[in-house]
Amino acid sequence: MRYLPKSPADRKAMLQAMGARSIDDLFSPIPAEYRLERDLKVPRQMAESEIVDWFRERSRENGDAYATFLGAGAYAHYRPVIIDSLISRGEFLTAYTPYQAEISQGTLQAIFEFQTMICELTGMEVANASMYDGSTAAAEAVMMAVRLTGRRSVIMARSVHPEYREVLTTYAHHQNLPLSTTSFKENGRLNLEEFEKSITPDTACVLIQSPNFFGTIEDAAAIAEIAHKKGAMLVVSIAEAVSLGIVEPPRQADVIAMEAQSFGVPLGFGGPYCGVIATREQFVRQMPGRLAGQTTDRNGKRGFVLTLATREQHIRREKATSNICTNQALVALMVNIFMTIYGKVGLRELAKQNLAKTAYAAAQFSKHARVLFSGAPRFNEFVVQTSESPYAINSRLLGHKIVGGLPLKKFYPELGHAALWCCTELTTRSSIDTAVGLVAESERSVRSAKEEVDVQEVAR
Amino acid sequence: MKHMTRKATRHVSQNEGLIFEKSSSGKAAWKLPPLDVPEVDAAALLGSSERKDLGHLPEVSEIEIIRHFTRLSTWNYAIDLGMYPLGSCTMKYNPRVNELVVRLEGLANGHPYQPERISQGALRIIKTLSECLIEITGMDAITLQPAAGAHGELTGLLMVRAYHESKGDPRKKVLIPDSAHGTNPATAAMVGYSVENLKSNARGMVDVSALAAQMNEDVAALMLTNPNTLGVFEQEIYKIAEIMHAKGGLLYMDGANMNALVGKVRPGDFGVDVMHLNLHKTFSTPHGGGGPGSGPVAVKSKLEPFLPTPVPVTKPDGTLGFEYNRPQSVGRVRAFYGNFGMFVRALAYILANGPDGLRQTTEDAVLNANYIRKGLEGVYDLPYSTPSMHEVVFSDKLQAKKGVKTMDLAKRLIDYGFHPYTTAFPLIVPGALMIEPTESEPKEELDLFIEAMKSIAEEVEEDPQTVLGAPHSTRVSRLDETAAARKPVLRWKPGI
Repeated sequence: MRYLPKSPADRKAMLQAMGARSIDDLFSPIPAEYRLERDLKVPRQMAESEIVDWFRERSRENGDAYATFLGAGAYAHYRPVIIDSLISRGEFLTAYTPYQAEISQGTLQAIFEFQTMICELTGMEVANASMYDGSTAAAEAVMMAVRLTGRRSVIMARSVHPEYREVLTTYAHHQNLPLSTTSFKENGRLNLEEFEKSITPDTACVLIQSPNFFGTIEDAAAIAEIAHKKGAMLVVSIAEAVSLGIVEPPRQADVIAMEAQSFGVPLGFGGPYCGVIATREQFVRQMPGRLAGQTTDRNGKRGFVLTLATREQHIRREKATSNICTNQALVALMVNIFMTIYGKVGLRELAKQNLAKTAYAAAQFSKHARVLFSGAPRFNEFVVQTSESPYAINSRLLGHKIVGGLPLKKFYPELGHAALWCCTELTTRSSIDTAVGLVAESERSVRSAKEEVDVQEVAR
Repeated sequence: MKHMTRKATRHVSQNEGLIFEKSSSGKAAWKLPPLDVPEVDAAALLGSSERKDLGHLPEVSEIEIIRHFTRLSTWNYAIDLGMYPLGSCTMKYNPRVNELVVRLEGLANGHPYQPERISQGALRIIKTLSECLIEITGMDAITLQPAAGAHGELTGLLMVRAYHESKGDPRKKVLIPDSAHGTNPATAAMVGYSVENLKSNARGMVDVSALAAQMNEDVAALMLTNPNTLGVFEQEIYKIAEIMHAKGGLLYMDGANMNALVGKVRPGDFGVDVMHLNLHKTFSTPHGGGGPGSGPVAVKSKLEPFLPTPVPVTKPDGTLGFEYNRPQSVGRVRAFYGNFGMFVRALAYILANGPDGLRQTTEDAVLNANYIRKGLEGVYDLPYSTPSMHEVVFSDKLQAKKGVKTMDLAKRLIDYGFHPYTTAFPLIVPGALMIEPTESEPKEELDLFIEAMKSIAEEVEEDPQTVLGAPHSTRVSRLDETAAARKPVLRWKPGI
């Protein structure tokens, strides 16, 4: 086995050194009746070339070289080359959690820079080193608000990513936290009147997403005002991090739960991604997850350590703020490098290209079909309602090697034949035109079929 | 001191400030292509939602970024540099072919919501890995959705709770041995269970008669790590399972130490009902400085209805897909399907090993731990003489007499060119030195480690101050963690 650095002679010498006759002696603590006396039924040992071939085959079966209009919590942005060059360095890739600070300064300083940039982007005062992803970060942020307010009920906007809501439902269920949902208005934003009515003295927080699942930017200031007036907190989930380049962050929020996948993390069929929680300084002791902090060594030299560990499970056990241990460190490093590459100016320009592509696409679609939620600003997603099922349109679009918008029937049956379309800087005008062309064609054929029916009815 | 230069030598390393200290207006490491659609006026589109300023994000060039992160990287220890004997963490070699295959275009760029008909490759990977892990654990079904070990524990306990609820009583308590990882009690609390401690016996194992006395119809499950955190196999495991099952309880196994078992014994065969695996431990996916991980949960068939949604299935036409309609499911624990990139790496590792390689891997891991144990017995106190599997736990009892504690020994090990072992854990061993070499170490590296540990023990006798002041060869000396926690500085600000 090529990963094992021992010759048969080494193994023999080691066994001899410890006075064992054979390796079986070392496994004698396992009662004989449970020992596996056969080979595991897994594929035989493969050569490296065979492994590469096997996965190449899987890659080819997996939508290799399709253009996509899918977003919905996972966004196709360009990944600068140096991200992988840098994260492939063994000193980052094959290091453990930086508990031993003296030989982990590289990872620790990188986390400190990450926390700083997340604070700058979100307008918050502290950010942690990462959470699993946007969905679990949102659920943990809500739990944090529950601890901070001492209240138990939670309101979530129906315009939050449906799968994020499902995760929160799972987390809340066994803690017996009452959950309610507030609907959205014609313009796609949270229904403020309904929200205000649903707040009770037991409401710990409201969870919204902005830009929300439909791409609409919420009025976080107005929502915060209503929530704060009644002693509840505002938790904001941000699933499309690139929006922060040009959309004002929800500075009025008490906790922000982000998914930073857009910042240089491959789509990778859904993971690993990078969640992160940011909040105000006064709430830091209820924040879950690791934190890097600045300190000095014995000679007064600047250095970094993991800090405020008394919040964490390895110290506090069942009284910890969360059970989280392993986080998404290497993915957070990708995010960190991405933010460093684009920086203060590039991130805005990048976001602006997303805005331009989306504005063009939405305008083109609206010539032939109904683009919903046009009454409020959006970032890079929009909902198109068609006469025909979006599954049927997408199926034809696949023939052009284009994956169309996400059909919403499963999540929002009330929207009828609707799909969520997403444009990023990678979306080309020609694929937008192709998609719009197919939607136009679909609308025309539905219309002419209807006219035919009308003509027949008149004739009858 | 005398052996110090055998493994490591001091070497110039570059100084590097924070990236913000390098920033100056007008530098850039990015270039966007020209727009192929009309320009837009952000203010007109966004109104008051438009952001005008990005604060203190840096402006730097590409070469500066390369140097910045490369310099930082050289301040880290890594498996690629040498042995990383952190007990319970299984710091093994991370094969590079795994990194290549995960970056293949169709896998790296696959969108989680792309139609199933163009997702057959990813689904095949999920299915094949699931089958391999079910076979390796001897269980009946599995979910790959949890993002890490602790997340797997949460998922597993949610299923335990759903199982008991389906029988009309969710029960109140979870039993956890005093040797358990901190995540176990933290998880039980998150699922709404109260935690009851279970004392270990004189051999470091579950006290079976104490368990029998504590077990009753209020107990939902026992969370057991096997081998436990002392590296000891729970020999009476089947009796433990019987006691749990007799009163309707379930046996949860924390699979953090699965590296001691793969190919030699299967938890499903010794009475475990539900367990999680850590793909970033046993199955070689890189730790990456703290993550990402992946924590699949394998279960016996009686728990199968409660698996998180969606569940991968083979459809009548032979293609693969996801099943969402699972009325008894605990629900979702994460958006999408889990840390797919880790599935790819873990499967590549299993394929590279095959059944014979996996078994040899386990044997070598146990061989290495016992070789270290033999080499250091007598030099360091061995609080439990019970046979070791993949890791061995000493204590600092002998050295503490000179005022030198496990953390001091660990810091001194850094000067010898090694990453420290796990300190002060498990809690049942005061001043623990928890050592897990994994199978990835050649005999030469193990000999160097034993030599270093012996040399440090000698130093404690002859010159304890050297050990107490360690490390001496690192960029920074011991850092003031107390000050860091008392006045937290958690981000850079201009002018500090």
